[in-house]
Formats: sequence, C-alpha cells, structure tokens
Amino acid sequence: MESLSNRKKVLEQKPMTFGEKIYLPSIAKGLAITFKHIFKKRETIFYPEQERPVSENWRGLHSLKRDEQGRERCTACGLCALACPAEAITMTAAERKKGEEGLYREEKYAAVYEINMLRCIFCGLCEEACPKEAIYLDGPFLEADYLRKDFIFGKDKLVEEPLKS
Amino acid sequence: MELAFVIEKVVLVTVIFLITLGIAAYSTLAERKIAGFIQGRVGPHRAGPSGMFQPLADGGKMFFKEEIIPAESNPWLFIAGPCLALLTASIGSAVIPWGQDLVIGDRVIQLQVADINVGILYIFGIVSLGVYGIMIGGWASNNKYSLMGAIRAASQNISYEIAMGLSLIALLMVTQTLSLRGIAEQQAGFWQNGWFSWNVFCQPLGFLIFLVCSFAECNRTPFDLPESENELVAGYHTEYSGFKLGAFLFSEYINMFVASAVMSTLYFGGYNFPFMNHLGLSDNVVTILGVVFLFAKIFFFIFFFMWIRWTIPRFRYDQLMNLGWKVLIPLSIANIVLTGIWITVKDLM
Ligand code: SF4
Ligand code: SF4
Repeated sequence: MESLSNRKKVLEQKPMTFGEKIYLPSIAKGLAITFKHIFKKRETIFYPEQERPVSENWRGLHSLKRDEQGRERCTACGLCALACPAEAITMTAAERKKGEEGLYREEKYAAVYEINMLRCIFCGLCEEACPKEAIYLDGPFLEADYLRKDFIFGKDKLVEEPLKS
Repeated sequence: MELAFVIEKVVLVTVIFLITLGIAAYSTLAERKIAGFIQGRVGPHRAGPSGMFQPLADGGKMFFKEEIIPAESNPWLFIAGPCLALLTASIGSAVIPWGQDLVIGDRVIQLQVADINVGILYIFGIVSLGVYGIMIGGWASNNKYSLMGAIRAASQNISYEIAMGLSLIALLMVTQTLSLRGIAEQQAGFWQNGWFSWNVFCQPLGFLIFLVCSFAECNRTPFDLPESENELVAGYHTEYSGFKLGAFLFSEYINMFVASAVMSTLYFGGYNFPFMNHLGLSDNVVTILGVVFLFAKIFFFIFFFMWIRWTIPRFRYDQLMNLGWKVLIPLSIANIVLTGIWITVKDLM
C-alpha cells in the first residue's frame, strides 16, 4: 500500500558480515563513545542547593492570598474543592464576627482550610475556579517528609504572610 | 622455619588482605562514579568530599540491616554460601608476585605470599571453587529465581573455564613454567631479543580469550546472567539481605581485583615496566616502582571491567553458551596449534 505520510521506511535485514559477527569492532566503537561521555558536561543539578529554573506559569505549592489591606480573600465558597479532580481540598466555613473586619474580607471565611498535598496533582483547577482570586499555585516545590499527616497543609502553611506596615 | 620468616609472611598477608579489602570497597564507589560519569551524572557525592566515605556508609548500612533467613531455606548452607564466596575470592591473591625481592640489610624479602611452582593451577582451582559459594547460596535460598541464577552461574563458569584453560595452555607453551613468579620474571623490561617481552604481544589471541573468560568467571556484564536483575530479580542473591548480601557483592569486587592482578601478571608483564633496568636506580627503588606499576595495571583493568559494564548490554543465555562453546573453545584450540607451529618454527631457525 502506498504510504500517505511519505515517512515509510523499508527495513532490510541483511545477514551480518564477518566484521559485524566478531563483535569486537562494534564493542570498540561503543567503548569509544562511552569514554567520550566521561569528559562531557554533567547534567546533574544539586537540588537542595541549586534549583532548576522553572517557567513563568509553573505550578508549585498553593498559597491563599490576602488583599491590599491584608485581609484573607477566601470566602469559603467551596468552588475550589468542587473543581478539584483529586478531592484534595477540604474546608470548614465560619461567620465573620464583629471586630474581625480587618482579618477577613467577606462575611464568611474559611476557619479550616486543608489541602492534602499527597492527593493534589498540581493541575491548577482550584486557581481557575476561585471567584475571589484567593488561591494561587505560586509556591516552591513540595518537600519530602516522613509522615503522611504532615502532607496535609492547613492554613498555617497556606495563607500568605500578613502585610508588613 | 625461623621466626623472622613467619613474621614477614604474616605482615605480608595482612597488608595484602587489607589492600584487597580497601580496593574492593573503593571499587564499589568507583563503579558508581564511573557509571555516573558515563551517563552524564556525578555519582555519589554527599558522603564526605566528593563521596569519599560512601563505601563506609554502605558498609555501615549493610551491617545494620535486618538479616533475614527464609523459613524454608537450609540455614547452614544459606550462611555457608556467602562465606565461601568471600573466602575463595580473597585467597586467590596469595600466589601473585607483587614485586621483585626487597633487600633490607642482608634479608631478602619476597613480595609474594607463596611462590608455589604451580601458581596458575592454584589460581585455576580457586576460580572454580568460587562458583560453589554462588551455587550453594542460590540453592539454599529455596527460591526458584535464586536456583536459576545458581544453575546459570554453574554452567557459565564451567563452560568458560574450558576456554580459559585452553588459552592458558598456549601461554604455558611459550613460558614453559607454571609459576607466576617465573612468568613475571620472563617478561622483564619491555623489549627483549627484538620483540616486546610482555606476553600479550606473543599471545594476543590468547589474551583476548582470557579476558573474555575472566569477565564470565567474575560474573560481570556482559556475562552477569546469574544475577540479571530484570529477569531473575537479582538471581542467586534474591533472598539475601544485610551483611550476607554485602559478602556476595564484596566478593564480586575482590574477584575483579584478583582477576585484574592475574591478567596483569600473565599478559602485561606484572611488576615489570619499560626501561626498568636502564634507569640506573637501585634495586629496591625499582622494586617499589614495579609494585606501583603493577597496581596501575590492575587499576586499569578494574576500570576496564567497569567501562565494559556501562557500555555493553547483557548477552542472552543462548548467545552466552554459543560464544563459549562454539567460538571461544575452537579459537583457543586453534591458538594452541598456531603457538605450537610458531614455537617449532622458531626453534628450527
Ligand atoms: S491543584 Fe488541582 S489537584 Fe491540587 S488542589 Fe488544586 S484543583 Fe485540586
Ligand atoms: S479559595 Fe476561592 S474557590 Fe476556594 S473556597 Fe476560597 S474563595 Fe472559594
């Protein structure tokens, strides 16, 4: 049949010549190649000391944002949890009390907000779902840890540092 | 037997044993470094300056790992396997001449543990014993993968020993002696009577066969079928853990060291180096330089073992057997015939 893509290649299987059969020339060739590689540049990145440069839209760990006045933006609407394909996000909502206007922007806020980093696939759908621009995946790499429970990040790890004034 | 002689030998044995262990330990590091370099990585580099203490860390790890003896195995044989492997690996170096005689005062110290006149046969015996450790260990594990690894080790070693022995016969026809010291002495200097004095130059084919066979005898890639990770789950040492596993791995590196030493002695002039008798140095200095040169040759061969390992993929089992029986054995027989003709012609002239 005619090839549509024009990329078809017919392979021939010729019997090996004597030079190929005694292997030694090809072994010598292989040895020369590997020997050259000994002096090539190493690709290793010494991770904890050095970090690989990442692209601009790279998705790292989540952070819960604050607005210009330092108030938490999240209103515990749960849209991120709903959007999450990995079921990684859980939260408990609470009502803002009098006197807490400086802490939370909306009347309802997330008293508990947890992301299970072992479930998260860093797809960024939570970021897209959020109507309040409260969550962004702009953090660093997820670091290794010993216990599973330590991979459930609460608000202490997620919320941005308060504004310095 | 005088006391000084005993002390001399004990010191020599201890030193050689420690050097062997040290080289084997650092071979594990070298192997990983070379693997890294060839693959564009840096290899282990966290333990100490550029990974210098990695072997110690590995050894410590091996010691503190849990020792598991499978319930259905034969515990005595299970323990005997790695012990035998380690033992046979480390006694091989006894007949290797490490250098010429050292003269201190009026004492002549031979840098060789035992100058027996059948040195080659001794090495050969040790090499064939070496497979028992693997066989016993693999069989005693009571695991089908281990058993297959053990069977492969046994058949591979037996097949390649024949070719190895035949290639040696050709060498012995040239050297006319079985003593390793005698063979080393014959290769003095680098150039003698209009031809290179090292045996590799009058036995190139024999050396090639010997080299291939020593890869097979040491179970190194491309002939590491007894422990092929991806088909036999590490083969004969699947069930081993902790220090017993360490003993198996360690014996492989010691074997490599001894094989390199034997190859350097038999074919590459041992402790001899070019112009050794024309530099006008005192005998002791020449002896010490000779030891250094011998170790340089040994290190080159160890590097060569590793270089090959990270270049060539493993043979298939039938290819291994074909190569052993249908190529190497006929070739080595042809080599014997050619050597015989050559010697006769040379004598007639
Ligand atoms: S990045 Fe994706 S997986 Fe992770 S929490 Fe957000 S929506 Fe869920
Ligand atoms: S982070 Fe955004 S989407 Fe998620 S609960 Fe808060 S406001 Fe809603």
